Parts: sequence; C-alpha cells; structure tokens
Amino acid sequence: MNMAEHLHQALVGLLAVGGAFFCLVAALGVVRLPDALTRMHASSKAGALGCGMVLVAVALFFPGIDVLARAIAAILFLLLSTPVAAHMIGRAIYASEPPDSVIAPYDELRGSADDPAVRMRQAHAKGAEKHAAQPPSAKIRTGDVT
Amino acid sequence: MTLFLFNFLLAIAWMAFNADFSLTGFVAGFALGHLVLWLARPLYPGQRYFHVLWGSFGYILWLVKEIWVSSWKVARSVLGFGPAVRPAVVAVPLDVRTDMEITLLASSVTLTPGTLSLDVSPDRRTLYVHTMFGEDAATVRDDIKLAMERRILELLR
Repeated sequence: MNMAEHLHQALVGLLAVGGAFFCLVAALGVVRLPDALTRMHASSKAGALGCGMVLVAVALFFPGIDVLARAIAAILFLLLSTPVAAHMIGRAIYASEPPDSVIAPYDELRGSADDPAVRMRQAHAKGAEKHAAQPPSAKIRTGDVT
Repeated sequence: MTLFLFNFLLAIAWMAFNADFSLTGFVAGFALGHLVLWLARPLYPGQRYFHVLWGSFGYILWLVKEIWVSSWKVARSVLGFGPAVRPAVVAVPLDVRTDMEITLLASSVTLTPGTLSLDVSPDRRTLYVHTMFGEDAATVRDDIKLAMERRILELLR
C-alpha cells in the first residue's frame, strides 16, 4: 500500500468516526440539556453534521459516480429539510408553552406583539367570535376561520 | 439565468460530441463551457451570473466552516467543558426584504448550531432567534447581521 492509499483510508476513517462522534453528542445533548428548545440545538444540528460527515466518508470510500451523486443528493436534502423542520418544531414548542412560562432568562419575543402564543390566542378568539356570531345553519362554512 | 442556460447547453453539447453521458462528462463540459463564457463576458454587460455562481460557492464553503466551528462549541458544551448554556431569545432587525433572502438567512441561522430561528414577525422586519449562548444580546445580533446577513446581501444584490 502506498502513501496515497494510507492517507485516503485515514481520511475516511477520521470522517466516519468524527460523524459518529457528533451523532453521539447529539444523543447526549438530548439527555443532558435543560429544556426543549435547547435540546433542539443538539438533536437537529449536530445530527445533521454527523450524518453529513458519514455520507462524505461513504462517498470517499466507495469510488464511483453513482455513490458520489447519491451522497451529494442526500447531503443537499439534509441541508434543505433540517432547517425547515427545526424552525417549525421550535416555533410549535414556543407557541405551545403557557404565555407566562420562562423559556429563556433573556427573551425579547415573549409578551411582545409578535409572540406566536399571543397571536394564536388572538386568532382563536377571533375564530370563536365569528363562530358564535353565525347562525347554526351557516356553521358548515366555518372552516375558513383564520 | 440565460447564461446559466447557455452553460448548461454547452455542457450537453460537450457530452454529445464525446458520446460520454456520465457525470464526469457533464462536469467537464460545464467547467469548459463556464471558462468559454467567462472569456466572453464583455459580450454580456450587466450580467450577474458569475458573481452569483461563485458567490454561492463561497457562501456554502463559509457556511460549512461556520457549522463546523459552532458544532464544536455546542459539542463541548454538551459534554460539560464548554461555555455555560444560557438560552436567550434575541430580536434581530432585518435588512433583507424578499422572501428568498429571508428564507436563506433564517435557514442559515438554523443550520448554524447554537442559534435557531424561531419566528419572523408578521411585518417581516424582525427575525427572532433562539440562542444557546446568549450572554450578550448585542453580540448575537452582530454575529448574525455583520457576518451572515452582509454576505447574503452581497450575494443576492
């Protein structure tokens, strides 16, 4: 085995072990971090980096266009879908907390006009009003309350 | 956009001439076509193709570096020998305006570990960011505005 092959194998090994390490840290983070939103940081992002590194290792280990193309596609979709999912889950966590609970010691969103919990309650109240104002025969059309 | 189409067609032409319809053939054709178009760039005044293509390339590299650096920070913190976890929600005033720019910024913020975009205000002037290391709101704001948003604006405008 020549030098280049040694280097190649070392690189693949480092990437695979590093990726596994970040996945392990993500799992530990879910157990160790204090609240749901902080846990999101560990689970979604460290997990994405870990998976990405393992995929790069796979692409390097199996030489071939088909493996490379699939690894690139997988990484691309991972990077596209992770933030959207994290954003939606994070927003749902934030909105479903009771409005007086303290999620973060320093919080510029809680209680402001942009607070999703406040906005959701307003939308609910509006929907209930509309619902009550309509005669019973019109109730079938109340799907579009928001 | 037209230049991208030209580049794509040049790559297809290269593949056809070499009868090599593989990914390598496409990449080689695309690179050669890109070089030809770049040499002919005085013919297309006001085009932004090269700026956007190379800019996105640079932006992705920079983002990967950021993800790496801050993943390391979060990992150390999870294992117990990093900075203390102090969650905070910070309001970041936005200079980006279009849907595309806001989406790109919010996704980049979320992809960088330690920060998570929670919500965009209904008037789309403020991005609310949850951060793991919120010792100082001004630092968090500067990190996002001066590093990330500036790059996105340079890339897309």
